[in-house]
Amino acid sequence: MSATATTQYSSYRNKVARSRATSEPVWIRYLLTTIALTFLTLFLFVPLAAVFTEALRKGFDTYITALVDPDALSAIKLTFIAALIAVPLNLVFGVAAAWAITKFEFKGKSILITLIDLPFAVSPVIAGLIYVLIFGIQGWFGSALVDNDIKVIFAIPGIVLATIFVTFPFVARELIPLMQAQGKDEEEAGLVLGASGWQILWRITLPNVKWGLLYGVILTNARAMGEFGAVSVVSGHIRGMTNTLPLHVEILYNEYNYAAAFAVASLLALLALVTLALKTFIEWQVARNAIQHESA
Amino acid sequence: MSIEIRNIKKNFGQFSALNDVSLDVPSGELVALLGPSGCGKTTLLRIIAGLETPDSGNILFHGNDATERQVQEREVGFVFQHYALFRHMTVFENVAFGLRVRPKHTRPSDAEIKRRVHELLELVQLDWLADRYPPQLSGGQRQRIALARALAVEPKVLLLDEPFGALDAKVRKELRRWLRRLHDELHITSIFVTHDQEEALEVADRVVVINRGKIEQIGTPQEVYDHPVSPFVYQFLGNVNQFDSHIHQGSAQVAGVDLKLDAHEDTQNTPALAFVRPHDIEIYNTQKTDRIGFEAIVRYVNAVGPLVKVELERNDHTELIEAELTQERFRELKLTPAQHVHVYPRNVRVFAA
Repeated sequence: MSATATTQYSSYRNKVARSRATSEPVWIRYLLTTIALTFLTLFLFVPLAAVFTEALRKGFDTYITALVDPDALSAIKLTFIAALIAVPLNLVFGVAAAWAITKFEFKGKSILITLIDLPFAVSPVIAGLIYVLIFGIQGWFGSALVDNDIKVIFAIPGIVLATIFVTFPFVARELIPLMQAQGKDEEEAGLVLGASGWQILWRITLPNVKWGLLYGVILTNARAMGEFGAVSVVSGHIRGMTNTLPLHVEILYNEYNYAAAFAVASLLALLALVTLALKTFIEWQVARNAIQHESA
Repeated sequence: MSIEIRNIKKNFGQFSALNDVSLDVPSGELVALLGPSGCGKTTLLRIIAGLETPDSGNILFHGNDATERQVQEREVGFVFQHYALFRHMTVFENVAFGLRVRPKHTRPSDAEIKRRVHELLELVQLDWLADRYPPQLSGGQRQRIALARALAVEPKVLLLDEPFGALDAKVRKELRRWLRRLHDELHITSIFVTHDQEEALEVADRVVVINRGKIEQIGTPQEVYDHPVSPFVYQFLGNVNQFDSHIHQGSAQVAGVDLKLDAHEDTQNTPALAFVRPHDIEIYNTQKTDRIGFEAIVRYVNAVGPLVKVELERNDHTELIEAELTQERFRELKLTPAQHVHVYPRNVRVFAA
């Protein structure tokens, strides 16, 4: 008994000694903490608080009125439609791309990886402009679309296309490193045990990356609902028709309707908070799983 | 099921992993593919499993060409070096996987799957771990589960890729005896890959020594150890002393000793390599008049373990020679460093270089 107590004590003492040996002087620690907290307050907490204060400045009734305004409701609906189409499509694309890149060898793989990152590299305005140049009236397919009475630009399809473009790297980017780290062994084991490619995908690959996948989907969703630049170019800003939430905020603000602008903005801020909460939950889940595995 | 490997070639870019490899594995045999890392042994195993495609050549299962057969249809069990257990499934589900993914008309009932899985878990003596997840198991346990999983689909052939490579020495030894016993019970044709000569010699019915994508020698452990056919095999299987030598008209000079070589009667002045195992180096305190040997100085003695290891330096040469002798013999000779001794090598093998 006493032997164990001694070892425990000495290991505790070692820990203290080590932490002293590797830590900075007190004033540096305080200085760094202060700088970090000041930045966080100035650039994150204050704006966030400002959004909600401004939104509720003229009372709760004005706030609600701004949100149930038909144009606002239409913007909310359009934002959800865009996200509802873009997120599942990018989920499928992201899984397919990550699966292809990490589990197979083929020519042009590095080009594919670079292309996936393109939406991150290019300005969203350019992304929107590309679609105007392709599908606009003066664009490549312009006359063909007009002949068939199909509207892409300044209509919902254009908004969905732009949203898909700006959000397509998230899922793939989240999955590729994860699947690379996990290797091909489990898939090969499944293959030898007689599983088909489809069974391997559903029973082995996807369950192994489920948290990373969910994380990617949440980021995709946050960006899809919050995207301004690309959508702004293709939307045409028709009130109640082609305005998404971020565009609606801009219009209200430009009309000096601050209370309503901030009210709608607060919805986007809430979305961000929910996203962060989900993200934290997933990270906590992953860490918990890792600890469970470690303790073995 | 017997396996025939016919003229398999496989290149990775410029690198030739397998160069015209042919091998027959009779039904029910346990064969070791032995070689240094990068020699192509794992590639050969993966080609048999169908996880790699050969550039040319054929694989025959039970006399039928299986080269183009899908992995799923080959009825092989594969055990991976790093286990490759499905980390999100329990041990039970891991073993049941091969049965559960079968098409409906051949899939056993749930009760039957349950019975079979528990039977296999009992076979690998880990039934009590059925509800655990792979990361909660030790390396040795994981490898036994991997084996149970491979056996669940009742494979005709069992392929094991460095099955004990990631385990520590003690577990390794235990597990390879266990594998031998299991094979004796099941009689399933098995091929395992290893770079550990001790493992290959202890477990396998036959050993296939591979070097640089070519088979150097095939034989029982006794054959390959006692009669290596090439310098590579000699060096790879156990410790060995190497001497530069040359052959001239049926005799070779090895460390000052003249050896008669019947096979090289007509060879004229050809450089050669000679090999002697450390336990074939005889040491005496006095000169033997009836034998030819050389004089040497004891440089280093390590008497730990059943065999005493002695390093000798020849008087006419700085090359160190390693010798192994029994504790008994060591005490008789009373060897100490710097002592002068007479050395007589026996069972010398000479290869024309």
